Amino acid sequence: MSSRALDDKAQKLQLAELPPEFQDQEESIKITGFWLFIVTDVLIFASLFATYAVFVNRIASGPTPAQVFQLNTALIETLILLTSSFTIGIAIWAMRQNRQRMVLAWLALTAALGMAFVSIELVEFAGDVAVGWGWHTSAFLSSFFLLVAAHGTHVTMGIIWAVALLFQLRKRGLTTVTRRKLYTFSLYWHFLDIMWVFIFTVVYLGGRLI
Amino acid sequence: MRTWAKRVALALGLVAVMAGCGGPHAVVLNPAGPVGRIELNLMDVAAVAMAAVILFVLVLATLAVVRFRDRKGNKAPYTPNVEGHKVLEVLWFIIPALILTIIGIPTVQDTYALAKVPAKHPLVIDVTSLDWKWLFEYPGQKVATVNQLVMPAGQPVLFKITSDAPMNTFWIPQLGGMEYAMPGRVLPLWLESYKPGAYWGHSGQFSGREFEKMFFSVKAVTPTAFSAWAANLRKTAPAMTVADYHRLLQFTTVGHLSYSSYPAFTFPSVTHGFTLKGGMYLLMHNNPVHD
Amino acid sequence: MPALPSFVPYLIHTLFPPWVRRPTEIGAEVMMVAGGAFIVYWLLKYKKLQWLWNEWLTTVDHKKIGIMYLVAAIIMLARGGLDALMLRTNLALPTAHFIGASEYNEVFTTHGTIMVFFMGMPLIFALFNVVVPLQIGSRDVAFPRLNAISFWLFAFAAALFNLSFVVGGSPNAGWTAYPPLTELAFNHTVGENYYFISLLMTGIGTTITGINFLVTILRMRAPGMTLMKMPLFTWATLNTSALILFAFPPFTIALLESLLDRLAATSFFTLSHGGMPMMYVNLFWLFGHPEVYILVLPAFGVFSEVVATFSRKKLFGYPSMVLSMTAIMVLAYGTWVHHFFTMGAGPAVNVFFGLSTMLIAIPTGVKVFNWILTMWGGRVQFTTPMLYFLAMIPTFVIGGATGVMLGAVPADYQFHNSYFVIAHFHEVLIGGTVFGLLAGVYYWWPKMFGYKLNDRQGKWAFWLFAGGFWPTFIPQYWLGLEGMTRRMYTYPLGMGWHTLNVISTIGGFIMGAGFLVLAANVLYSRRHQEKDLTGDAWDGRTLEWSIPSPAPEYNFAVIPTVDERDWWWQEKERRRQGEKPVVVKPEEIRPIAIPKNTPVPILLGAAFFMGAFGLVFSWWDIALAGLVAVFSILIYSWFQYDHYRILSAGEVRESEELLGRLGA
Repeated sequence: MSSRALDDKAQKLQLAELPPEFQDQEESIKITGFWLFIVTDVLIFASLFATYAVFVNRIASGPTPAQVFQLNTALIETLILLTSSFTIGIAIWAMRQNRQRMVLAWLALTAALGMAFVSIELVEFAGDVAVGWGWHTSAFLSSFFLLVAAHGTHVTMGIIWAVALLFQLRKRGLTTVTRRKLYTFSLYWHFLDIMWVFIFTVVYLGGRLI
Repeated sequence: MRTWAKRVALALGLVAVMAGCGGPHAVVLNPAGPVGRIELNLMDVAAVAMAAVILFVLVLATLAVVRFRDRKGNKAPYTPNVEGHKVLEVLWFIIPALILTIIGIPTVQDTYALAKVPAKHPLVIDVTSLDWKWLFEYPGQKVATVNQLVMPAGQPVLFKITSDAPMNTFWIPQLGGMEYAMPGRVLPLWLESYKPGAYWGHSGQFSGREFEKMFFSVKAVTPTAFSAWAANLRKTAPAMTVADYHRLLQFTTVGHLSYSSYPAFTFPSVTHGFTLKGGMYLLMHNNPVHD
Repeated sequence: MPALPSFVPYLIHTLFPPWVRRPTEIGAEVMMVAGGAFIVYWLLKYKKLQWLWNEWLTTVDHKKIGIMYLVAAIIMLARGGLDALMLRTNLALPTAHFIGASEYNEVFTTHGTIMVFFMGMPLIFALFNVVVPLQIGSRDVAFPRLNAISFWLFAFAAALFNLSFVVGGSPNAGWTAYPPLTELAFNHTVGENYYFISLLMTGIGTTITGINFLVTILRMRAPGMTLMKMPLFTWATLNTSALILFAFPPFTIALLESLLDRLAATSFFTLSHGGMPMMYVNLFWLFGHPEVYILVLPAFGVFSEVVATFSRKKLFGYPSMVLSMTAIMVLAYGTWVHHFFTMGAGPAVNVFFGLSTMLIAIPTGVKVFNWILTMWGGRVQFTTPMLYFLAMIPTFVIGGATGVMLGAVPADYQFHNSYFVIAHFHEVLIGGTVFGLLAGVYYWWPKMFGYKLNDRQGKWAFWLFAGGFWPTFIPQYWLGLEGMTRRMYTYPLGMGWHTLNVISTIGGFIMGAGFLVLAANVLYSRRHQEKDLTGDAWDGRTLEWSIPSPAPEYNFAVIPTVDERDWWWQEKERRRQGEKPVVVKPEEIRPIAIPKNTPVPILLGAAFFMGAFGLVFSWWDIALAGLVAVFSILIYSWFQYDHYRILSAGEVRESEELLGRLGA
């Protein structure tokens, strides 16, 4: 009995060293759940990458990868998304320091960078479609557009999430719950960033090499 | 007396059938060629090994249930706190592994054996599955048939199989196992008939409304008879035109057809890669799948 | 959509094309409308609408969600079973045309799809929901609202899938839906849209359930319950959830790409433009094989509980049981190619997957041996759940053995897609999964409803169902050896297939009779069975039997400390030896937070349904409206905070007092 009480006390001490969103049992469980969601989403992307890898040479009468990809645009997109990963990192740092206005500013900047990314991507897609390269053109373009559009859709949802988060943070301040929400958002955003790095390497750089 | 025997047979159902020696209809168990023979031998090995396992499990289970049933006065020992038995539990892992090795080794050997055609220049027959018919083209003989396959007996025949329609599988159960007919790919399969004979084949992969009609007849004849048959076809049968091929592509069923020649593009070849013949797109709009 | 004057004829033609105006379809429509009208009438007459909404439709209580899954699964079992009997009737005699080719193709497709996704899956989720939180000493699952969302996504997806029978046309390319048969070029009705969209929808729900139970089991166990002290059913749930997590993503992508081919003219699996149908086959079975184990592992869990309880003995070899189950989970990902050895993968690949398939028989064999040795030295009681366990042994062992034969690659060249395979997987899926889940339903029925199902009738149902099973499926092995391939709607005379087909059909109808007795058993027991006041109807071993039946909404007034396997059995043992029983002490009762009911899950399901229905018919405005509705509901609920109501310690004490649970 007494050893159990000691255990509890030790656990509480350990917990106290953790950030607030982990101290609360319920919020901490939600973070675990979100990690598992990311696992499934990684596998979704893995399946899309597999499709792409199989289909990359099946260009039918359509363009080759080298004809489609513009490395410059992709490089700009990469830089923007990497920067946004940095800004959300700062937002989390500010959250740990309890500086709400700073959190809001950096979160807003992250969302803005996300929007810039999606806009560039849309312009790129529009350019492809204008010269007649759609996802109906060939199996290669089907898999390319699906992979990149899946990522773009994820980013778009992330932007909606960030905007909603801005409202909620303004309304409720930095509570255990909003901290957890911001923290899971940052996990999601980093995950998208990593997925983009893969896309950039496998699709855009790989396409230049083939 | 005879009705009585019939009743027993019926009551025993499958046991009786299984014990029987196969019966004329069990084509898989009466192979007429080396491929089917190899496959049947492996089935036998696996079936015997598995039967031993099944028997052991059933005897053990019956013993356990009978001996330890919950009846008053059951004198069998009651040991509710036994949690396990280290040796037995390890044995459970080892014995099945050994039994599986018995099946595994011939599996590996036979898989590799069947992957290679045992002849330098086998006779080649190009097979295309269509909706809902089989097209057989004989590049050496330059003739083509629909729904009826004629092949020389006593020598391996290499089938190159593709589809210009949904997937099917090419299967002549009495000669040996099946292979998929897939659009966009050509898969090889070799079969041989020991002696001249008549067999049947069917598709194993569902391919749409009239899938049931994907039967085809198989005739194995002597090599000389085969040459004579092809020569005769070249003289008597009509030539297959492009229009004829497009008619075959339609969603129909047909009986047996023969052609003295066929357009070269109707089967993908190594020289021009896989061209999608696809009359499909033109056809889809005026051929409802549903009746 | 065209202009208004031509709108009505357009709508009628789209929703009710000629092929859904066959007598059976019209019959089904009349039944659906009449059934719906009767339910509405009954609800209004007895003023049950409010009750239904408050108690069930908006609930987030895992026990009630489990019961809703169970009801849905039994309804779907009836539909899938009816499909099966139609198939069997058509096959009884050669060249029979009881139903036509087109209809047969639709019926075998819906039979397979419903049995796997809309009967098997909800039935395992029913048991997960009812049992797991109680077995691990938790007050709920980790995410109660997500749990309800999972259910409603499943329920609306099932409704959508079944709607296809009467509106627009059913899918007709088999439950595996291989392209290019599912592509527009070969299949231009909306049937396949129904298939892809409803499975995508239920797939989302299933993935969420997988995450939910993984987190529940990993994070919410009672104090003292380490992983190796968990009951086997909980272990099965943990492994199944992990399988779901890894198996559903490739499936989602396979479905999505097929759907895009049909709706957005992409070329993933088309004949033209470089599409590659075989990619679908790979993605599908990358999911499909683990799915088999998703269905069977929970049954293994049930058997492990049932055999220990009704042998009145500890489970034999607990660590090797856990090890073998986990091994199956891992190996399940390494065997998918055995579903298409005949697709020209080459001998090296085929041999690898053939051997890995055989390998999986080892841990499965270990489980069977351990179950049998659990009975050894015990006292075997022949209750209905135990009968299902005993019936499983021969069926599952024979089904598993033929599975090994199928893993022998060259032999599989002959077996592939023949009735041998049909017999094999029905033997493991019915003999393993369905027997297991029915055993589970009989076993935990008192925990769900507070009374046992009538044992006499249960045995009648068992003998009919399990007795009909053998004549149905054993002849099919032989039909495979006679060269009969699957999915033929009829067969010519002279193949010698008719005798065995007649036997198989008769067996099928006996199984159907067994189902009817089971249904009657449920209805009868509701009125006539006596209440179980102990909460421990079977003299059980695990935590769920230590609380009243049905469990109060908070499950455990005070969560016990569990420091051994079979804690409840050991606790009862200690009581028998005169030790002081562990009872709920009033002073230990604390206020309990209970998740509030919410209409969000059902509304979200309805919004999904609207969008999905629009997608099926390519009505983009409706699909878009559905999408907007989904997002609006999600954002609305994201801004909601007040998710819990508090049961005061006094209320809990009162409730425990009423249940007779309070110690001095």
